Amino acid sequence: MRRAHWVVLMVLVGAIWASFVFLSLDLGQLASLEALGQMGRYIASFFPPDLSPSYLARIGVGTLETLAISATGTVLAAVLGLLLALPAAGRFGPFPRAAARLILNFLRSIPELVWAALMVMAAGLGPFAGTLALAWHTAGVIGRLFAETLENAPEEPAQALRLTGSRAALAFLYGTMPNVVPQFVAYALYRWEINIRMAAILGVVGAGGLGQILYVSLSLFQQPQALTVIIAMLVLVALVDGASAWLRQHLAN
Amino acid sequence: MRLRDPAALPRAGLTLLILLLLVPGFHLAEFNPGVLFEARSRETMGKFIASFFPLATSPEFMRLIMRSTLETLAIATAGMAFAMVLACPLGLIVARSLSISRIGPGPGYLAGRILRLPARFALMFFRSIPEIVWALLFVRAVGLGPAAGVLAIGVAYGGMLGKVYAEILESNDTRPTTALLETGSGRIEAFFYGTWPVVLPELVSYSVYRWECAVRASVIMGFVGAGGLGQQMELSMRMLSGGEVSTILIVFLLLVMLADGISALLRKVTA
Repeated sequence: MRRAHWVVLMVLVGAIWASFVFLSLDLGQLASLEALGQMGRYIASFFPPDLSPSYLARIGVGTLETLAISATGTVLAAVLGLLLALPAAGRFGPFPRAAARLILNFLRSIPELVWAALMVMAAGLGPFAGTLALAWHTAGVIGRLFAETLENAPEEPAQALRLTGSRAALAFLYGTMPNVVPQFVAYALYRWEINIRMAAILGVVGAGGLGQILYVSLSLFQQPQALTVIIAMLVLVALVDGASAWLRQHLAN
Repeated sequence: MRLRDPAALPRAGLTLLILLLLVPGFHLAEFNPGVLFEARSRETMGKFIASFFPLATSPEFMRLIMRSTLETLAIATAGMAFAMVLACPLGLIVARSLSISRIGPGPGYLAGRILRLPARFALMFFRSIPEIVWALLFVRAVGLGPAAGVLAIGVAYGGMLGKVYAEILESNDTRPTTALLETGSGRIEAFFYGTWPVVLPELVSYSVYRWECAVRASVIMGFVGAGGLGQQMELSMRMLSGGEVSTILIVFLLLVMLADGISALLRKVTA
């Protein structure tokens, strides 16, 4: 090992030690018999999950709500992202380009959950806040991806149309768009997949969907119900994973 | 002569169909932009946003923020330490490249099979529950505060790290290890002389990257009461003090940039 490695190792060990001291985490207490027993009782209180038909129906509605939040949020984000991507790709000159990039960076660097907390204040508790939160953050991500796609798109088709006398907007629609739309759709679907996962947990700050049901049931100490929600989340994510893997495989062939 | 786009009608039809499919979605998501412009919410939100400036910079608030920022970093670091303690043994158990029984009939075939399955399952279980849900659970189990955040990161990232560690062990050049195992060395020797030198850079760079993610995650987990900057932001939001929220947001962005920088530096030094 080189000397730099030793230095890094010492710094890391020091940082970890300092973290435990700073947080005054008492490992002995966390691992004590009493604490472990308490934890065990807490875990045991989750079983068995509540599988009564009426509750499952509620979970079903929550799952649909989660899907709706993710879908509408992604669509809004795609529209907003496209609107911002045009200036961000430098279509309207350098100043709008810089401004649009700044907006996109801002939208993107605030995490979904922080957006959700802000939107809950603006739009009240419920799925609409979650939709808006996903829309803002995803617009930042998608806008940047769209802008890069636009910048990398071949210019010749649109140029040819312009040179033969078509208007700028039409040249864009018929010269550039056909080249970039498949990529746009791929990006939007990819973000939708991520957003389904996100929508499932956004509810913990009150933004609707499965997360909100989980938060409420944990707050009311209804652990069996909470376990059902967690299972529903896992199933939803597994289904989305499976569907996307299947789609990818079949679209690739 | 007026030219017409022959594909216009099908394209419009498809777009319309997709929009129609979305209608129930908009309904379920309670999509109602009007709510944003209602007098009442406009007033609260307007006041709140207006109060974003000037930033809150009073000395005692800055001290509080400084403390929460350090706490966030400490949660991420301690959480990562926990995660690695969890991930290293599980990852080693799961990785097939160190299996002796894979080479041929040998002792420990059954034990390997029996151990590997639950380890794999545990890793999957740990990582498939999102870290914020772990945080919610731990806040209820060990109380509000950073301990819940450390445990949540430890468990969720332990699952992730364990899986990736195993993959790194398997996907790198396994010939040195196999050669050692086939000539009769034990697993521990084979690991330290055959695998370790090959995989170390990748293990380090992935762990550092995960630490960076842990910083971001620990801010977010604060929203459910797991300590750090997020908890402070939640409090400030609840008190509608926009100046504090905007200060915290700026500190958060700086912190993420700092974590980016540290992680890039660490990766460069260890590469």
